[in-house]
Amino acid sequence: MSVAQQPAPIRLVGLTLGYDRHPAVHHLDGTVRSGDLLALVGPNGAGKSTLLKGMAGEIRCLEGHIERAGALAYMPQADEIDRSFPLSVMDLAGMGLWRRSGAWRSLRRNSQAIETALSAVGLEGFEARPIGTLSGGQFRRALFARLILQDCPVVLLDEPFTGIDARTVDDLLALIAAWHAEGRTVIAALHDLAQVRAHFPSTLLLAREPVAWGPTARVLTQDNLARARNLSEAWDEGAPICAGPQAAGAHAHDHAAHGPGAHDHHEDAA
Amino acid sequence: MIEPFATFLAPFVEFGFMRRALAGCLALSVSAPPVGVFLTLRRMSLMSDAMSHAILPGAAAGFLVAGLSLPAMTLGGLVAGLAVALLAGAATRATVVREDANLAAFYLISLAGGVLLVSLRGSQIDLMHFLFGSVLALDDAALWLLGGISTLTLMALALIYRPLVMECVDPLFLRTVSRSGGPVHLAFLALVVVNLVGGFQALGTLLAVGLMLLPAVAARFWTRDLGGLIPVSMLIAATASVSGLSLSYHFDLPSGPAIVLAAGALYVASLMVGPCGGLLRRLVRTRHLEA
Repeated sequence: MSVAQQPAPIRLVGLTLGYDRHPAVHHLDGTVRSGDLLALVGPNGAGKSTLLKGMAGEIRCLEGHIERAGALAYMPQADEIDRSFPLSVMDLAGMGLWRRSGAWRSLRRNSQAIETALSAVGLEGFEARPIGTLSGGQFRRALFARLILQDCPVVLLDEPFTGIDARTVDDLLALIAAWHAEGRTVIAALHDLAQVRAHFPSTLLLAREPVAWGPTARVLTQDNLARARNLSEAWDEGAPICAGPQAAGAHAHDHAAHGPGAHDHHEDAA
Repeated sequence: MIEPFATFLAPFVEFGFMRRALAGCLALSVSAPPVGVFLTLRRMSLMSDAMSHAILPGAAAGFLVAGLSLPAMTLGGLVAGLAVALLAGAATRATVVREDANLAAFYLISLAGGVLLVSLRGSQIDLMHFLFGSVLALDDAALWLLGGISTLTLMALALIYRPLVMECVDPLFLRTVSRSGGPVHLAFLALVVVNLVGGFQALGTLLAVGLMLLPAVAARFWTRDLGGLIPVSMLIAATASVSGLSLSYHFDLPSGPAIVLAAGALYVASLMVGPCGGLLRRLVRTRHLEA
């Protein structure tokens, strides 16, 4: 699959996302290129999850908009899955076939595909197990099997490795690398910087404002990370109404301060 | 062995009105319990109770307009129940307040309206009729209604089964792959209302909830997977219907409460001896497995 011919799967235009008028992602512009393997990095409260929710269509934009092309698969950080529900691992993974099977078509024809996906995440033999009996790591693996079956060109992962043992993380990283090799676009919110440096060619460093966006090595510099830490986490109940990205001076929208790589990722991403 | 069994079934052989009551209750026994299974799995058991109260003003309005008329009271109950379900569902999807809170708010408004309407006209005896039902006086129209509701429920559940299960397990996932979550949820709430309205013909508003929930909860002690819960809950409801009616005949008891108490007895028995998490199972310590 040639990456260059694909239209950009996600474009962010003057995007502000937030809760109760308080921005959690503030005036973000940029394009996620097709086939990119992008890490979202930033301190707690930086807006990583909010940005992914926005991309998945879970929350409405306060300002600006998100242009999406095609279907995307989304794995949230805190899933709303009711694990006490009497459902088998096979059925959970099989949900990923929704786009092909819809509400009525039999899943039996695709049982081979489900078994293949489960064995790809190391869950062979778990097909009939109720989801409530899985450990946290096994459950994550089952969710990854569902992502495989969704077979989407864009995959959004929100802290997919939290609480997962090292071997499972390696397996799942290999799976993500395989998606990347197939030309899929993968965006993942992560905290482990060593992991990001080793496996993710590009990075968006967020601290409510975009700090830097581009090739990982040029984004994750001491300087950028320090600036990301310094941007305040607290939201101010009495914050004035934002005058928009044009307002210079007192309001921290001075885009020059975002440093090299902030908005020039179109050109220099490897 | 045959003698007590014959005594048990005798009233149904002897009397037409008992057969009609049985037919009505069996129709309800195959439609209400599956709805109850989904309610308990969604942790919305008490929602059916709230809905049964929400139906009251509609039924009361029907009663005010047309007296003790089945179509008028059914229609009124349906309209009131669906209105509360739709408003609560819509408010939940549009705002940050959770569904249980919205439902509580709307059903209280509805219930207060119902009490107000009933107090405007109507005697206590008439009110008792639709609170506690008249299963022994089911006419043809009521039987058709119960049969129709049963058919509709089973067909609708078959149609929305997969998205409904997904809505219960992982609503966020269903939202990302499909827009059917909202309509499916509302369709399910509508099934709850329809079954409660059907139940209030046979058992009365208050006890209709019993035949919906007790078999569903009891089934959980016999099987773990969804494919088993639904038939087991139907079987328990049918057993409760037959034995409740028979007991009410032999001991001259009001039939609605007898049926629900029979279902309650089956629930307590399941709680004690059920193989999946029953109390007896807890007392007997079995040795653990190797892996």
